[in-house]
Amino acid sequence: MTTKLLTALLLGTSILGSAGLAHAEDVTLNIESWRGDDLSIWKDKLIPAFEAKNPGIKVVFAPSAPTEYDAALGAKLAAGSAGDLITCRPFDKSLELFKKGNLADLSALPGMENFSPVAKSAWQTDDGKASFCVPMASVIHGFIYNKDAFDKLSIKVPTTRDEFFAALDKIKADGTYIPMAMGTKDLWEAATMGYQNIGPNYWKGEDGRAALIKGEQKLTDKDWVAPYEELAKWKPYLGDGFEAQTYPDSQNLFTLGRAAIYPAGSWEIGLFNTQAQFKMGAFPPPVEKAGDTCYISDHTDIGMGLNAASKHADAAKTFLSWVASPDFATIYANALPGFFSLNSAPVKMADPLAQEFVSWRGKCKSTIRSTYQILSRGTPNLENETWVESANVINGTDTPEAAAKKLQTGLDSWYKPAK
Amino acid sequence: MAADSRPKRPFRWHIGVFLAPAVLVYTAIMILPLAGTLQLSMFRNIEQSQVFVGLANFRTLFGDPNWSVGFWNALRNNTWFFIIHMLVQNPIGVMLAALLSSPRLRFAAFYRTAIFVPTILSFVIVGFAWKLILSPLWGVAPHLMDFVGLKSLFTPWLGKEQYALTALSLISVWQFVGIPMMLIYAALLSIPEEVIEAAECDGITGLSQFWKIKLPLILPSIGIISILTFVGNFNAFDLIYTAQGALAGPNYSTDILGTFLYRAFFGFQLQVGDPNMGAAIATMMFLIILGGVCVYLFLVQTRLRRYQF
Repeated sequence: MTTKLLTALLLGTSILGSAGLAHAEDVTLNIESWRGDDLSIWKDKLIPAFEAKNPGIKVVFAPSAPTEYDAALGAKLAAGSAGDLITCRPFDKSLELFKKGNLADLSALPGMENFSPVAKSAWQTDDGKASFCVPMASVIHGFIYNKDAFDKLSIKVPTTRDEFFAALDKIKADGTYIPMAMGTKDLWEAATMGYQNIGPNYWKGEDGRAALIKGEQKLTDKDWVAPYEELAKWKPYLGDGFEAQTYPDSQNLFTLGRAAIYPAGSWEIGLFNTQAQFKMGAFPPPVEKAGDTCYISDHTDIGMGLNAASKHADAAKTFLSWVASPDFATIYANALPGFFSLNSAPVKMADPLAQEFVSWRGKCKSTIRSTYQILSRGTPNLENETWVESANVINGTDTPEAAAKKLQTGLDSWYKPAK
Repeated sequence: MAADSRPKRPFRWHIGVFLAPAVLVYTAIMILPLAGTLQLSMFRNIEQSQVFVGLANFRTLFGDPNWSVGFWNALRNNTWFFIIHMLVQNPIGVMLAALLSSPRLRFAAFYRTAIFVPTILSFVIVGFAWKLILSPLWGVAPHLMDFVGLKSLFTPWLGKEQYALTALSLISVWQFVGIPMMLIYAALLSIPEEVIEAAECDGITGLSQFWKIKLPLILPSIGIISILTFVGNFNAFDLIYTAQGALAGPNYSTDILGTFLYRAFFGFQLQVGDPNMGAAIATMMFLIILGGVCVYLFLVQTRLRRYQF
């Protein structure tokens, strides 16, 4: 009786054991992400493409809700149950994870050479020595316009600031369209679609941003106040009651064809393509004189890193190298028009509006939003204050100089640039 | 000995047993979190570990202009929010209750329900609905005002610094006017018929009956409502958050203590949350509310006369 039981047990373990062996050949990688919206893209397009090329590695995309992501990820990392691959938020949130030792150093990962320094800046230590996430996508700022409206009023696409304001005047004089669809109620529209959109042309992109971080320039300098002066000039071209106009209001005003120009981020492309019944075009923020170098905000938004505690680090690195490859970039950028790959290799995209946006990378210099790296770590928070002050400037509550002074005073109170 | 000869009273266990559930639940969900908040406000995160710093967080809150300006602004706005409720919500509540308790009013039950319904609506619905009503683009408010020839008086209230807070206070009044109405209505119904009849025999009727007889009798209820309004207003957060967002724009003009606490504790966008400063603000809110309730209990309520029937 006992021998029978023993044999059965032994037999059982041997079967189970061999099953375990067979299973061990397949490595399963889990991806932590807040992009639940992208679940079908990962499941149907990206993961099959990777698995076809890399037999033996299985990938599972396991997103959590955006608002819970940071807290849930922190708890899982502490408990040691987090996935192997971690979708990285830009700047400080990921930097903190790296400092705590939760994210592995990926500076030497094959494929990292495919990215420019600006692309990598969101996931680097302050000195730029270590990179810890593979950049996945960025969003580009510019202006989307109603092509039908421009044709009807025979307006040429503006390239200089004078042409831009001449176009706005013409639309306003005609009266059919609201010249520009933007509101100040939600504050961030004024800062992100306004200040950070037109600003890089004034502060010369990365040069100005780096100088601000080093403390060589101040927000009260001419180059940093001038975008506010231009914003203040936008006021008469905005719709009636723009003070209480929310972000969805602005989107609807434009897609319903009631407004001619929309200060945009490229993430709008997907939505606008499905909602707008007219032809759309896009132009980069106008420069001062024809022929000036143009600068665009090409803001890094999503990256992917490696959990330092991962048991399958090698397989995960294989996957990350693939994320850094042009193959991934092509599938991702086409599945999500408006989220552009940061890969240096050119990516072919089918969407004409997305193509227009990404073509600016060829002729303009890229930068990221000025407030995101390092400068928004203290109290008062520079990014939040920029939202409030940008809205104040457009509403006319603060002059451009007063707004810049408030921001610089707030920044000075805690930020001491390394000399 | 006399003391010994007295029969010893058995220890009354049942008192403890009956009190225990309430005491345990209240301790677990109220007293412990409160103590935790007080404790958190005395610490600070230095080099990834919590260090005891005494009252330093409060010194920062009141001494550092980066915090104190925001705090006083929030307190000022909160006080205005409360004043509007006291001046508009409670008098209207009393008036509606007086009208409802009039025996000649028809459809009283319908009005009572209709006025009370907004109270049970979610803040999210109220905030969103009023944002739409007042929207300068698609709202009904500009059209309705146009209809009666008052279009020139319309401005985007929620977007203007000088009107936004008052507008939101009035929205909150609209939502909660049902509560003082119900409480006063109940108090009015509990006034015995004999008192009213005696007043009528003395020739006191109509409006003077309300002022001279009913109002003094419902004063304790009005006191309770005032203190409920006070506590509710200084804990308010939801409506501002849903209608104006966590930055309580424009230019922090609708920032109240609740939203100020939220930004400090949980952070917002790139601002990283600071639970210790957040706890310090929460402690101040607790002290403000405690102070207000004490003033009411010791100075006001003791002077209110109660009538036993």
